[in-house]
Amino acid sequence: MSENETTPTPRASRHPTQNEPLLFERSAPGKRGVQLPPLDVPAADLSQLGGAVRAEIADFPELSELEIVRHYTRLSTWNYGVDTGIYPLGSCTMKYNARINERVAAMEGLGDGHPLQPAELSQGALRLMRLLSEYLLEITGMEAITLQPAAGAHGEMTGILLARALLASRGNARRAILIPDSAHGTNPATAAIAGYEVRNLRSNAEGTVDVADLDRVMTEDVAALMLTNPNTLGVFEEDIHKIAELVHARGGLLYMDGANMNALVGRARPGDFGVDVMHLNLHKTFSTPHGGGGPGSGPVAVKKELEPFLPVPVIVPGVGGALALDYDRPQSIGRVKAFYGNFGMFVRALAYIMANGCDGLKQTTEDAVLNANYVRHHLRDVYDLPYPTPSMHECVFSDKRQTAQGVRTGDIAKRLIDYGFHPYTVSFPLIVHGAMMIEPTESAPREELDEFIAAMRAIAREVETDPELVRSAPHSTRVGRMDEVRAARQPILRWKPAGR
Amino acid sequence: MRYLPSSDAIRAEMLAAIGAASTDDLFSHIPEYCRLQRPLNIPSGRSEAEIFAYFRQAAADNAPGFTSFLGAGAYHHFRPTVIDMLVSRGEWLTAYTPYQPEISQGTLQAIFEFQTMICQLTGMEVANASMYDGSTAVAEAALMALRVSGRRGIAVARSAHPQYREVLATYLRQRDCPITEIPYTPEGPLDAAALRAAIGTETAAVIVQSPNFFGAIEDWRQAAELAHAAGALLIAVIAEPVSLGLLAPPEQADIVAMEAQGLGIPVGFGGPYAGVIACREQFVRAMPGRLAGQAWDDEGRRGYVLTLSTREQHIRREKATSNICTNQALCALMASIFMSLYGKQGLRDLAEQNVAKAAYAAEACARAGAEVLFPGPRFHEFVLRGADPAAAQAQLSAEMVIGGLPLERYYPELGAAVLVCATETASKAAMDRLAAAYAPASPRPGSPSAKKAARRRSGTATAGARR
Repeated sequence: MSENETTPTPRASRHPTQNEPLLFERSAPGKRGVQLPPLDVPAADLSQLGGAVRAEIADFPELSELEIVRHYTRLSTWNYGVDTGIYPLGSCTMKYNARINERVAAMEGLGDGHPLQPAELSQGALRLMRLLSEYLLEITGMEAITLQPAAGAHGEMTGILLARALLASRGNARRAILIPDSAHGTNPATAAIAGYEVRNLRSNAEGTVDVADLDRVMTEDVAALMLTNPNTLGVFEEDIHKIAELVHARGGLLYMDGANMNALVGRARPGDFGVDVMHLNLHKTFSTPHGGGGPGSGPVAVKKELEPFLPVPVIVPGVGGALALDYDRPQSIGRVKAFYGNFGMFVRALAYIMANGCDGLKQTTEDAVLNANYVRHHLRDVYDLPYPTPSMHECVFSDKRQTAQGVRTGDIAKRLIDYGFHPYTVSFPLIVHGAMMIEPTESAPREELDEFIAAMRAIAREVETDPELVRSAPHSTRVGRMDEVRAARQPILRWKPAGR
Repeated sequence: MRYLPSSDAIRAEMLAAIGAASTDDLFSHIPEYCRLQRPLNIPSGRSEAEIFAYFRQAAADNAPGFTSFLGAGAYHHFRPTVIDMLVSRGEWLTAYTPYQPEISQGTLQAIFEFQTMICQLTGMEVANASMYDGSTAVAEAALMALRVSGRRGIAVARSAHPQYREVLATYLRQRDCPITEIPYTPEGPLDAAALRAAIGTETAAVIVQSPNFFGAIEDWRQAAELAHAAGALLIAVIAEPVSLGLLAPPEQADIVAMEAQGLGIPVGFGGPYAGVIACREQFVRAMPGRLAGQAWDDEGRRGYVLTLSTREQHIRREKATSNICTNQALCALMASIFMSLYGKQGLRDLAEQNVAKAAYAAEACARAGAEVLFPGPRFHEFVLRGADPAAAQAQLSAEMVIGGLPLERYYPELGAAVLVCATETASKAAMDRLAAAYAPASPRPGSPSAKKAARRRSGTATAGARR
C-alpha cells in the first residue's frame, strides 16, 4: 500500500440503538414471566420448615416474558461478537463458532443427561469423551489426558499439581517454577496456587527463551518450566530441543501452555518436541464459544509417567466393550472439579474436529498463520515491530512511533472501534512496551483483513495529523471512555433502590 | 472446509503479497524434527448431516427421555424457552470477556444485574461475575478465608457435597492447612457439639452447606455463632440456588460459595455450570474472579466496566487472589434470564413446588416400606434405604426412570442408602413407580422383622454419623 492511500470507509456507522435501563428499574409489582403447571401432589406444608422460611426477596425483578426478551435483546446489540466481524484479540483465538455445535450439545440425552446416572445409561457420553480424548492426544502427540479442568488456568493448575505429584513420588516436589517474562499472568498465578515460588526467565533479543539464562536458573530445586509455544509474540521456540534437554537433565518437567495451539494443529505436536504436560483451551483452538468470558474448558494432556496422577475418575474399558469410570487410582491428585469437566464444551469441540477432519484442521492452522503474516507484512512500515523474528498465528507491534504524538496502544485500540473492529490485545505481552497484539485467526475473510489493515493505516495517519481524534476515541459508541479509576475507587458492584 | 473464508486462489494471492513461495515457507522456522510429517490420524472433514447422525446415536445411548430422580449438585428444572433463544444470539455467544467496555456494555450490564440478583438471593453485599462451578467456588472461598484470616485450618461439614470436599482437598493439599470433617446427626444436619469442639484459634473458616447433601436444612444462625465464637469465618455453600426462593438466606455468613446450575443452566452431564462467590463488602478486595461495577463516561453517561482488577492475575501475576481468568459468563446469563423470568413470586412458587414434590416422594417411599433417613426439615432431596439399589434401578430402567444415587461410594456408613431428588419436573406417577421400586423385596414392609431390620440399620447409620 502506498502513502497516498485514501482513508477507508469504516465498517462502522451510527444506527439507532435502544436505551435500556436495569432490570430492576423496569420491574413492577405483580408481573411475572413464567407460569408453573398445577401441582399434582398436596401443597407443601411450610410449617415443617419452621424458621427456615425467608421473607420475600426484596427488590427481585418482576417482569413479563416479553419485557425480558426485549431487555436481553437490546443489551445484546451493545456487544461485539465474532458473528459481528473479525475479532483480532491476540492470544484469545476468536474464531468462528459453528452453530451445529450448539445444536448437538443441546440434544435430548446430551444436554439434559445427569452426570451421576448409571454408567450403563451413560455410554454415549462416555464414548464421546473417549473419542475426543483420542483426537486430542493425536493432535498433541501426548499419551494420556484428563478433560476435567474447567478452563485454561484451571488446566494449568491441574498440570502443575500433576508435575508436583510426580516429583514428590520421586522424593522431592522441589520449590520453584520457571516462567518466561513473556508469559500470560495466569502462569505465575497458577504456580503460586500450586504452592511454588515463581522464578522469572529472561527473553533474548529474538523474544524467545534465553538458553544461557535458562542454564543458569534451571537448578535442582526447579520443578518445571512453563513455556508457551509458540510464545506470546507468536514466535516458535526454535531451541525447544535444547530447552527440553536442559530441563529434563536437571530432573525438571516441561509444561506447555497450549493457548497458542492454533498455530500448530496438524503441523507440529508438543509431544514430539519434549513437552511432558500441557493444557489445551477448547474455547480457543477448538472453537467452543467464549460467551462473553466463559465457559471455557482446559483439558490436560501428559506423557505416560504422569498418567497415574490424573484426576479421578478416569474413563476405562469395562465389561463387554462398555466403558466405565475408574475411581480407584491411589496416586491421583484427586478431583479438580465436580463431575467430569465442562461436558457441553466436549461435545462442541468434538463436533468442530469432526467438521474439519485432518485436512480441515491443518488448513485452519495454515490460514491462521497466513492471515497473521499478511497483517504483519502490511503494517510493519507504519507500526514498530519490536521483534523481527518470524512469527506464526499472531504478531505484536508496539506504539513506539505513535507515542511521539502522545498516542498510546490503548488509544489506537479505541479508535479501531470507530472503524468497526474489535481492538487487538492491548499492552500484552509485557516484554513489549506499548504492545499491540494481533491474532486474526483463520476466520477472517481477506476483504475484511484488508479493511482492518486499511483502518490501522488510517489511524497511523490520524496520529500524525489529528492525534486528539485518536486520543479521545471512540466517537461512535453508545458510551465513551469510562472513568475506570473512579469505578475502582468507589466501587458500585450492585444496584440498590434509591435512598438505600 | 466450509468454515474457512479463504479459497486456494486467495491463499495464493496472499502468499504472493507477503513474498512467501509456499505455505511451507510460513512454517520453515519450526525445526525439521518438530514438524509433523504425516496427516493427523483423524477422519476427513464431515458434513453437518454426518455429524448430526453421530451425536444422535451418542444421545440415544445415553437414556434420553428418562425421568430422573438424581440431584446431588445437578438439578433438573424446567428451562423456559426464551433462555436458549436469547443466549444463542451471536452478540452474547461469540463475544469475548468485556475488557473493552465501549463495545461490551451488553455483557457488562448483564453481569452487573447478575451480581445484584445473587446479592438479593443470598443476602450478601457483593457477588462476583461467576466462577467455574460450585465445587471450585468452595475451594476458592476457602483460599480466600485463609488470606483474610491469616489462620491455617478449615472445618467442613461431612454433610457438604462429597465432590466439593474432594476438590477442596485437592486445592489445599500443597498448603499446610489441615481440614477437619464435622460429622452429621441422625436428623440430617451437622453435629453442632462436634463443630464447637473441633474449631479453635487456628480455624480460618467453617464450611457448611444448606440444604446439605442429604437435602436437610442446616441452621445458618447456629453455624455462624459457633464459627464466629472461635473467630473463624462461616462459608455458606449453596448447591441448589432454587432453595433460596423459599429458604432463609445465609445472611449471617461471611462468604457464600454457590452453584448456580439450578437457575436454568442445563444439567448437561455435569457442566458447564456457574459457581459464584458472594461475601460481605469488607472482603471484596480479597475476592477471586471478575467483578463488574458501575461507571460513568466523560459525558456523564452511566455504564459498566470490569473493576477492582488489581486483584487479578493479568495485573498481579503470582500475587493475585486467584489464577482464574474466565467467568462462566454465558451460564451466568442463563441464570440471570431464569431469575428474571421467574421473578420474586415465581421463584418462591417454584421452590414450594419442589418441597411439595419431595415431601410426596418421601412419603410414598415410606408407605411402600422403605426407610427414610434423616427426619429433619428438608428441601427437595432425601435419603432412603429399601430394596437393593442395583435391583431397584434395573426395574426402573425398564420404566425409563433413573432412581436415586447410591451413597455407598461417598458414605459407606450409610450402606445401601440412595439419595433421591424430586423437583417440580417429577410427576406423581413417576414418584409412585419410584416408591414401588425401592420397596424392600422381603420381608414384607411393615412386618415385625422389617421393623427390627430398620431399627438395626438406622442404628448403624447413627454410629457412622457420629464417627
